[in-house]
Amino acid sequence: MKKYISFFRLRFSMGLQYRTAALAGIATQFAWGALEVLAFRAFYETDPNSFPMSLSATCTYVWLQQAFLALFAAWLMDNELLESIINGNIAYELCRPVHIYDMWFSKSAANRISRAVLRSVPILLIAAFLPAPYGLSLPAGPGYFLLFLLTLLLGLAVTVSFCMLVHVLAFFTISPRGLQMIFVSAADFFSGGIIPLPFFPPKVQFVLELFPFASMQNVPLRIYSGSMTEPEIVKAFGLQIFWLLLLLAGGRKLCRYGEQKVTIQGG
Amino acid sequence: MKHDSQVQTRSIRHSLKLYHHYVSINVRSAMEYKTSFLLTAAGQFLVSFHVFLGILFLFQRFSNVKGFTYSEVLLCYSIVLLEFSLAEMFARGFDQFSEMVRNGSFDRVLVRPQNEILQVLGSKFELTRIGRLLQALVMFFYGILQSHIVWTPGKVFTVIFMLLGGICLFSGIFLLYASLCFFTLEGLEFMNIATDGAKEYGKYPLSIYGKRLLQFTTFVIPYALVQYYPLLYLLDQRTGIFFVFLPLLAMLFLAPCYLLWRFGVRCYKSSGS
Repeated sequence: MKKYISFFRLRFSMGLQYRTAALAGIATQFAWGALEVLAFRAFYETDPNSFPMSLSATCTYVWLQQAFLALFAAWLMDNELLESIINGNIAYELCRPVHIYDMWFSKSAANRISRAVLRSVPILLIAAFLPAPYGLSLPAGPGYFLLFLLTLLLGLAVTVSFCMLVHVLAFFTISPRGLQMIFVSAADFFSGGIIPLPFFPPKVQFVLELFPFASMQNVPLRIYSGSMTEPEIVKAFGLQIFWLLLLLAGGRKLCRYGEQKVTIQGG
Repeated sequence: MKHDSQVQTRSIRHSLKLYHHYVSINVRSAMEYKTSFLLTAAGQFLVSFHVFLGILFLFQRFSNVKGFTYSEVLLCYSIVLLEFSLAEMFARGFDQFSEMVRNGSFDRVLVRPQNEILQVLGSKFELTRIGRLLQALVMFFYGILQSHIVWTPGKVFTVIFMLLGGICLFSGIFLLYASLCFFTLEGLEFMNIATDGAKEYGKYPLSIYGKRLLQFTTFVIPYALVQYYPLLYLLDQRTGIFFVFLPLLAMLFLAPCYLLWRFGVRCYKSSGS
């Protein structure tokens, strides 16, 4: 366990070094968030009765999403891992007395957390000062806030373990880019990255909520904005744990199998 | 004078031939990895398909947004997507330009007796963007079929001019992005709001975002000239013949971008080894 914690720490402090990049990222995400809020406002002003969440909950959802983008955006894959399989550097990793899956898992998680730490605070602060329905509102209650933090971590773990599955698939194909793109765009859409899940047609939403994608950003962001009832929270929480365990077990097994079959590329 | 123009046509023809050669090299190299090519194209296709699904789902809930119905938004999105995909197909090579500046391979480009832009674009022609282009074309025809527009010659020209203006505008932004690399040595992440962001949010007519954004996109980066105003003409909400030609005005955006590029090339200091 100690090994993986130090992998995590190394990667985490490495990520903290890129401060100018973070500044640019903050500005970009803020602009995306603002446009998103303006678009939702237009829909709200046209027909407030068809809105499935309150406008302020929707805006809060958007700002949290932008602030914690690095935690949940499936497209933020760790390219270093993919590269190492393509160019053969994986050989060195295989020599080390560590489990590849666990090492990569801790590195990816560290990468995401360090990016989010740098970016989230300024975005949240600015969003909190925006005028009422358009900014970030306070959580629905202190209990909800704790639940938000807990499900945020679980959601991150589900996202990382899902991305790990895609990484591990690279063992079986030399050109993982296409597969990666397909998985990533599906994950972004079905996790509520483009429109929040409550905006989907009710039947589609009902089915999607059982999928692993709904266990990513959907749960914490909706708990914070208070757009989930208590039984819904319990169900979502259970599903998060279920999917996390399943994805972890599946990923590790596939990784083990891949390690035995892997062909080292390059020279 | 006659001699001059002859030389010019010859050099243009030569450039086109060279570009064609660059493209065919890239196509052949991509075709060596067929599965990868197909999967990446499928991936590109899915990305924009999901945006379309997002619009479809939203409009199952809302009958219109600020007076624009589903079929009208669809037409708007499909035209923007096609403009973007065509521009991207040719000009996205500028995306990796920061890499060329940083590792010094731009030096090699400069010592060759050919236009630099042509070489930069030719070196990075990405065939997989065909996936997005295909999706854009499907969307475009679907959007046209879904719209209840009575087509007149004026409206057909409006669409053609929108495409032309939009391609120039997006290419200009890609060029601007690359020109800035001369000074910053790395790609500016912020610029992606002007490229991918414009494609993403250009799915709705720009007026829905409010007056200030419409002003910005009219006078600073003229997206509205190739999107909102001509769209109003297509939907019979405006009638002036002026609106047909308005998208062509957006082509002027290329001029300052090109000047900045020339300026950047002159300031370029080799940084690699």
